[in-house]
Amino acid sequence: MSKAPTSAPIKTDAVIIGAGPVGLFAVFELGLLDLKSHLIDILPKPGGQCAELYPEKPIYDIPGVPVISGEGLVEQLLTQIKPFAPEFHLGERVESLTRLKDGGFWLATDIGTVIEAKVVVIAAGGGSFESKKPPLAGLEEYEGKSVFYLVRKIEDLRGKRIVVAGGGDSALDWTLNLAPVAKSLTLLHRRDQFRAAPDSVSKMKALVAEGKIKFELGQLHALEGEGGKLSRVIAKREDNSTFPLEAEVLLPFFGLTMKLGPVANWGLKLEGGLVAVDTEKFQTSEPGIFAVGDINTYPGKLKLILSGFHETALMAQAAARVVNPDKRIIFQYTTTSTSLHKKLGVS
Amino acid sequence: MPKITFIEHDGNKRTVDAEVGSTVMENAIRNGVPGIVAECGGACSCATCHVHVDEAWKEKVGPPSPMEEDMLDFAFDVKPTSRLSCQIKMSDELDGLVVRTPAQQG
Repeated sequence: MSKAPTSAPIKTDAVIIGAGPVGLFAVFELGLLDLKSHLIDILPKPGGQCAELYPEKPIYDIPGVPVISGEGLVEQLLTQIKPFAPEFHLGERVESLTRLKDGGFWLATDIGTVIEAKVVVIAAGGGSFESKKPPLAGLEEYEGKSVFYLVRKIEDLRGKRIVVAGGGDSALDWTLNLAPVAKSLTLLHRRDQFRAAPDSVSKMKALVAEGKIKFELGQLHALEGEGGKLSRVIAKREDNSTFPLEAEVLLPFFGLTMKLGPVANWGLKLEGGLVAVDTEKFQTSEPGIFAVGDINTYPGKLKLILSGFHETALMAQAAARVVNPDKRIIFQYTTTSTSLHKKLGVS
Repeated sequence: MPKITFIEHDGNKRTVDAEVGSTVMENAIRNGVPGIVAECGGACSCATCHVHVDEAWKEKVGPPSPMEEDMLDFAFDVKPTSRLSCQIKMSDELDGLVVRTPAQQG
């Protein structure tokens, strides 16, 4: 459910859902045709999979760039699109997309941002990144009541018996943040090593040594409670023996996974969990809504950044005709066009 | 060509031919083996290609690298035989390898 808008809607030409490499380059192609873009991404930083999954891994198939890291590519794209001053809404997920009677669309995010745009470009890659859910029987019953994948307000957890599961930065950060307010806190992790900032690890170990929190070696095995109210978390040791942990709240932190998410509910034609588009405009089954990059499908589709870039160029031509139906589009090269040079700030 | 046998959580077995030098994950994807997601495409950065190596093969396959061991923190039902299948490269020595896919990848 999307919350009530927190302020008047933001008006813009294009909303790009997803700030991965293809979403970022869409800003450039739309910008050359004078379309102003806003980007929305569920991650707290731009870059999508490049930033989240493989920031340090080399990419070898960007034309003219023999090798670049995921993070490096994102940095270069951000520099490249700077002249078009895109606006970012990060850490937000688009929940609803509604077509307006007089053309254009309303988009609302999970934290209440509302944007009115003339065209929508879905560049959501593998979908939205969501927290991994542990495979525990009856988990759904507890989600949102006793099991949380993120903490919005620390105060809500004051005086609770908390189990934090996982060994990464999120698990360690929340262990440290919640230790002072929790009635009791147990960190449950499968090994005595942590993939987290060394400083957080030593702070956590100090709290354990002072007896303020507990650390248990093990993995999540089962939940016990009633009507969504958790009473115990059952953990499993490496030898498969189990032990209980008293808990009212469980916070599992096992990283992120990609799910198609709300895109599936917008009435777009889907094929195999992907958004079907044509290869002239990269438009979906809904006029004015385009899809580029890994999230779309068409005959011969390849999930390459390269292909996504190409798709944005053609999409922008079609999007510009929707936004400014009476304006003639003159095809120009960035190398020679003085008007493009002006837009790029290089004249 | 070396062979790999995938045993799914429900006991379903499938044996596939693997090229020397290819990863176990690549062979799973190529052959549509369910239970291997490989969201990151083999970058050792998502833990959605987690497998349990058959006990008999544990030594031959070897332990995970420190980075892989770190990534296993983001997997569920991790066992001493757990590996990320994108980090196991096939060789003639591994002909007949048996791996099990867990109930859920993420």
